Parts: sequence; structure tokens; C-alpha cells
Amino acid sequence: MRITMTSVYVDDQARALEFYTETLGFVKKQDIPMGEHRWLTVVSPDAPDGPELVLEPDSHPAAKPFKEALVEDGIPFTSFEVDDVPAEHRRLGELGVRFTQPPTETGPVTMAVFDDTCGNLIQIVSRR
Amino acid sequence: MQVITCILHAVSDLYKALAAPARRAILDELQERDGRTLFDLCTRLTTGRGLDMSRQAVSQHLDVLESAGLVVCRWDGRSKFHYLNKEPLRAIHDRWPVETPNDREEPADENHDDQRVCG
Repeated sequence: MRITMTSVYVDDQARALEFYTETLGFVKKQDIPMGEHRWLTVVSPDAPDGPELVLEPDSHPAAKPFKEALVEDGIPFTSFEVDDVPAEHRRLGELGVRFTQPPTETGPVTMAVFDDTCGNLIQIVSRR
Repeated sequence: MQVITCILHAVSDLYKALAAPARRAILDELQERDGRTLFDLCTRLTTGRGLDMSRQAVSQHLDVLESAGLVVCRWDGRSKFHYLNKEPLRAIHDRWPVETPNDREEPADENHDDQRVCG
């Protein structure tokens, strides 16, 4: 059994695709119409055959309250690794991304948390 | 009478709030960097200060600090940020003011010990 996919629940798939590709730098992999929604995935340009991030609709009634509770407490839904969190924080800041937590050193890593504009907070980490 | 009870209650809340080492650690964190989410505080308390506290425990400590007025919450977007409010600490300084050498106008005399008030 292999881990090939992970999901993030977004309130607008079109906006999510724009944010995750044009701002975060992921690359679209799959885009299959499925009625009301799309089967939409992105991958890292560093690993085009690696794990896919599924941009899933958050239409299930349990999804929004769950997301809102995490966002209220500042809890990120998922975490991505970058080479240098302070540099990425500067780059994303210049693109208008809103951070709820600036670069913070915690143990062996540096981490930061930002708003993905689709109802989630996302964490980025880099090794110190 | 109700006002006095309220004030006494607020002051005892202050000392109770400060009594717990975990809550003093939270105040230390906010003193270092103010305006932080629960998640932010939890990660620093666990990894930075080695305090083994669940998110729920930190949240409960923040509630106690909020009742004592030492922490105030503000929304920014859809996240709650916690801010340090040191105003209630004024009660401690007012009750036991810390004198600086400049405050003393008269030199100490040999009868000073007899004049000291006990209790």
C-alpha cells in the first residue's frame, strides 16, 4: 500500500486551483469534470510523479464547521515542506498572502502558518 | 456592596491566574510576541518551554487569564488572536509600590527601626 494522494477541502475549486498553482507554485495534474465538481489535483514541480494534492470541494455538511473550528484556533489543516521558511514567508507576503503565524523556530524546524483563501490554514516547515 | 464584591473577586482572580506556572509561561510567551493564536502558543509552549500541555489545557489556561483580564481576544479574519493586557498588574504595583532610591527624600535615622510598621 502506498500513499499517493492527500486532500485539502476547499470552498471554491477554481479559486483553489489559482491559489495553489499561481501563488504556492504547485502544478495542475488531473482535472476531470464530475458533474457539479471536478476531480482536481496538483503536484509539486519538484516531484511531478510524486504525491498528488486533491483540491476537494467542502460540500459535506460536516466539512465547514470542522474547517471553521480549526481556523478559529489557528490550527493548520496540513503542512508542506519548503527549503527556507523565512524566504518563503517573504515571497508569499509580497504576493498578498496573509499569515496567522510568522516564521517560528520550534525544535529542529522553522514553521509558519498562512491562509489559503479557501477556508484553510496551511503550515510550511523547513529544517533548521 | 455588589461593586466591592466584584472588585475583590476580580483581584482574587488576578492572583489565582498568576499562581499557575503554566499561565505565567503563557504570559511570558505573549510578552515575547503578542497577538497569537491558540495553535501558535501551543507549539511554543510544548517545543520551546518543554511544557507537556494538551491544546485543551492551554485553552483552559487562556480562559482563566481572560477572566482575570490579563489576556484579551480579538478576531482577525476567522482566527482568534490572544493579546497580553498588563493593566490588571497595576493593582499589584499600587498595593506594594516599588521605591527607587530617588523616591527617598529623608535620610535614614537611628530610630527608623522603631518607626517601621508591622503586619
